Amino acid sequence: MSTPLTLAGDAEHLDHPQGIRRWLTSTNHKDIGTLYLWFSFTMFIVGGIMALIIRAELFQPGLQVVRPELFNELTTMHGLIMLFGAFMPAFVGFANWQIPLMIGAPDMAFPRLNNFSFWLLPPAALLLVSSFFVPGGATGSGWTLYPPLSVQMGPGMDMAIFAIHILGVSSIIGSINIITTILNMRAPGMTLMKMPMFVWGWLVTAYMLILVMPVLAGAVTMLLTDRHFGTHFFNAAGGGDPVLFQHIFWFFGHPEVYILILPGFGIISQVIPTFARKPLFGYRSMVFAMCAIGIVSVVVWAHHMFTVGMPVAGQLWFMYASLLVGVPTGVKVFNWIATMWEGSLSFETPMLFAVGFIFVFVVGGMTGIILAIAPVDIQMQDTYYVVAHFHYVMVAGSLFAMFAGTYYWLPKWTGHMVDETLGRWHFWLSMIFFNLTFFVMHFLGLAGMPRRIPDYPLQFADFNMIASIGAFGFGLTQLLFLYTVIKCIRGGKPASARVWDGATGLEWTLPSPPPHHTFETPPVVT
Amino acid sequence: MMTSDLAKVVAVASLAKAGTAIANDEAKFTFQTPQTLVAHQIYDLHTVILGICILIAIVVFAFMFYAIVRHRRSVGHQAKQFDTNTPVQILWTLIPCLIVVGMAFPATRTVIAMKDTSAPDMTIKVTGYQWKWRYDYLGEDVSFYSGLLTPRDQIENQAPKGENYLLEVDNPLVVPVGKKVRILVTANDVIHSWWVPAFGVKQDAIPGFVRDSWFKVDTPGVYRGQCAELCGKEHGFMPIVVEALPENQYKTWLAEQQTKNKVASAAAGAAAGRTYTLDELKTEGEKVYGRSCVACHQANGQGLPGAFPALAHGAITTGPIAGHVDIVLNGSKKNPAMAAWKDQLSDLELAAVITYERNAFGNTQGDILQPSDIAAARK
Repeated sequence: MSTPLTLAGDAEHLDHPQGIRRWLTSTNHKDIGTLYLWFSFTMFIVGGIMALIIRAELFQPGLQVVRPELFNELTTMHGLIMLFGAFMPAFVGFANWQIPLMIGAPDMAFPRLNNFSFWLLPPAALLLVSSFFVPGGATGSGWTLYPPLSVQMGPGMDMAIFAIHILGVSSIIGSINIITTILNMRAPGMTLMKMPMFVWGWLVTAYMLILVMPVLAGAVTMLLTDRHFGTHFFNAAGGGDPVLFQHIFWFFGHPEVYILILPGFGIISQVIPTFARKPLFGYRSMVFAMCAIGIVSVVVWAHHMFTVGMPVAGQLWFMYASLLVGVPTGVKVFNWIATMWEGSLSFETPMLFAVGFIFVFVVGGMTGIILAIAPVDIQMQDTYYVVAHFHYVMVAGSLFAMFAGTYYWLPKWTGHMVDETLGRWHFWLSMIFFNLTFFVMHFLGLAGMPRRIPDYPLQFADFNMIASIGAFGFGLTQLLFLYTVIKCIRGGKPASARVWDGATGLEWTLPSPPPHHTFETPPVVT
Repeated sequence: MMTSDLAKVVAVASLAKAGTAIANDEAKFTFQTPQTLVAHQIYDLHTVILGICILIAIVVFAFMFYAIVRHRRSVGHQAKQFDTNTPVQILWTLIPCLIVVGMAFPATRTVIAMKDTSAPDMTIKVTGYQWKWRYDYLGEDVSFYSGLLTPRDQIENQAPKGENYLLEVDNPLVVPVGKKVRILVTANDVIHSWWVPAFGVKQDAIPGFVRDSWFKVDTPGVYRGQCAELCGKEHGFMPIVVEALPENQYKTWLAEQQTKNKVASAAAGAAAGRTYTLDELKTEGEKVYGRSCVACHQANGQGLPGAFPALAHGAITTGPIAGHVDIVLNGSKKNPAMAAWKDQLSDLELAAVITYERNAFGNTQGDILQPSDIAAARK
């Protein structure tokens, strides 16, 4: 007699709105994951266009394309949009799609909050992008928003502050959702130490987000009251201190770097064992390394501030702690290579990006060690060397990891295999143009070119021209990625449930594409 | 873009040129030639640590590429199913720890040396302004502003660019060689950063706070740097030039400056007493405007909507003259971008520029401000 009741309940549960309502009101982790991923790709293109305008201006010495004030607005917005609009939402998109599938949960713990945290993003992005069109333009204070310069800015700065508030709320809600899902909704038998590495990466990341996003929100709120309500948090004339903002900002800003890389570490730790056809080497040490990175990352912030004139003791502490981060990071790289060692390797597109990731990430890690040395950093601070370093870590690190993840899971999501030829072209073009763009920036920084300048002395001309050519190549290559993804969504060779012969994990037990609702009865992990 | 074809040609030509330049100029690939003890230490530190990093990278990549070549399915390699090896894991955690400690040792020495500003032979106060530097030789009664010399038409591509494009200033900082120079760095408006790469000195200039650093140059010469902290729209256009002279020449220069200052203050005293005509003030004011105001308020006085108010038919420039004098002398409370100019400009310059602003860009106030009026307003 209970049958009709159950059916009625299911009918409501299985109601799939179609068209626009499907996306606006969705509480389904797969749909929301898709929304996150498309949103972030859109912002990636917007931020990328800004980067290309910057590189067009820097193609030759002299002012050609934009005025200096617009140049500053573009560098600022490129940073803010790439970090908050493209990279962070993209990883949340991966989390939405993959975490429930990988831990055998039917959905995220708070599906409605999940919808809310996504739909906070478009208004925030709109605030950021439309700030270009208000009087005075977007904020030109650099993405770091240092006062007193940011106090001088027009209403575009207030729009950026509110955008950061909204994005922060979205991140915090998303993180609470992810932590709750991971801690409460794992399939029976899946202990914490059996979780896939991607899930581990996100667990650590989500804790870090909850720790640091409120700090950023506090910092920008203090800016807001300094700007409009007569407070003097950062104004020495009123008893404040401009450097205080830098301390608060980097207390957020440095962990943010790891927030953007740990989920990437997780993806790489899924991809490499699959294509090496052997288990991940040193699982436990990988988990400990990630936790260690997460913890140490909150005590190294002032290595971004070696030139403010800290006392010797402060400089030494932040130098030693920063060097220490190199150890767990190194352990991760060694573990990946040990996973490849004595494997039976094949190089489909996800693996190409994973190996490419290791290659460029090691370069970025090495320049990180060099920058951790305080005296050397003082020489390199605010030069193109730093620009090269963090693009090696962010673009090559986070972005290549996300490309690897996309190619790895896209057959699962769409039910079609990706066009391998196009994927390989995308990899090799990205790799070549990325290095063309950013490797020469090391030399620019060493020779003394400051960052955030719209025009430069003549001795920097050659390398800037090379970097600009590389940037346009890299930008255009990403359209190939878009085409490849759309082609895969539209059709292609049908993907099997397991997709890759070396893949292990719960997501591969589901058909490709998975049905709208999965794991309504939890699987048992042994 | 109509110049895109030209740009392509230039690109190809310059890539070819880059090739030859690379062969000729080794300095392009590393730090500028160090000129001070600290810069030498930084240079050596970087060389050693870069070497260690390259070595580590070679070892890591050697293993990786060996696996890529030999342990692949396409050559029939079978996977060995192992997933842990405790001794190896302990080893590759301990060795990096030791390497890191090894790196920290020499770096610590340099950190301490850099911060040792004790017992200087002379002290110079460096103040960052949007967008120029001011140098005060403490106890010598010498001080001056130092701003970009590169003409606007070179930046706008209307004229060929000179050898020291964007790295030339009107009044360089002059120091004697072989003397320990301590600099006290601060700023007037936003954060700047005083950086001379060849000296290994980069010190943020923070408004309201004074930080110090030091250098001792051994070789006479001209050393160039740029502001290293984003400080607004002209951030790329406030270079630093330091001229290191042998001590006797430095002494001569210092004496010249002191005489010049005396003459200038005598002239200023005379100027303050004189009465100027409207045309005289407008001519002088236009020059001052071109140096100090044009970056924000623009050559046509239209400003930049939203950021920098227009002076043409502006509320202040066409309002009561007392309000105009007040904002130019003391800056704006509402908009911190408007600096206080009373310490940067003389009575004559202030009187001239205010008069000019009230009688240019279509403004026809017709009022005249004399240097004596400014002197009165200062009280």
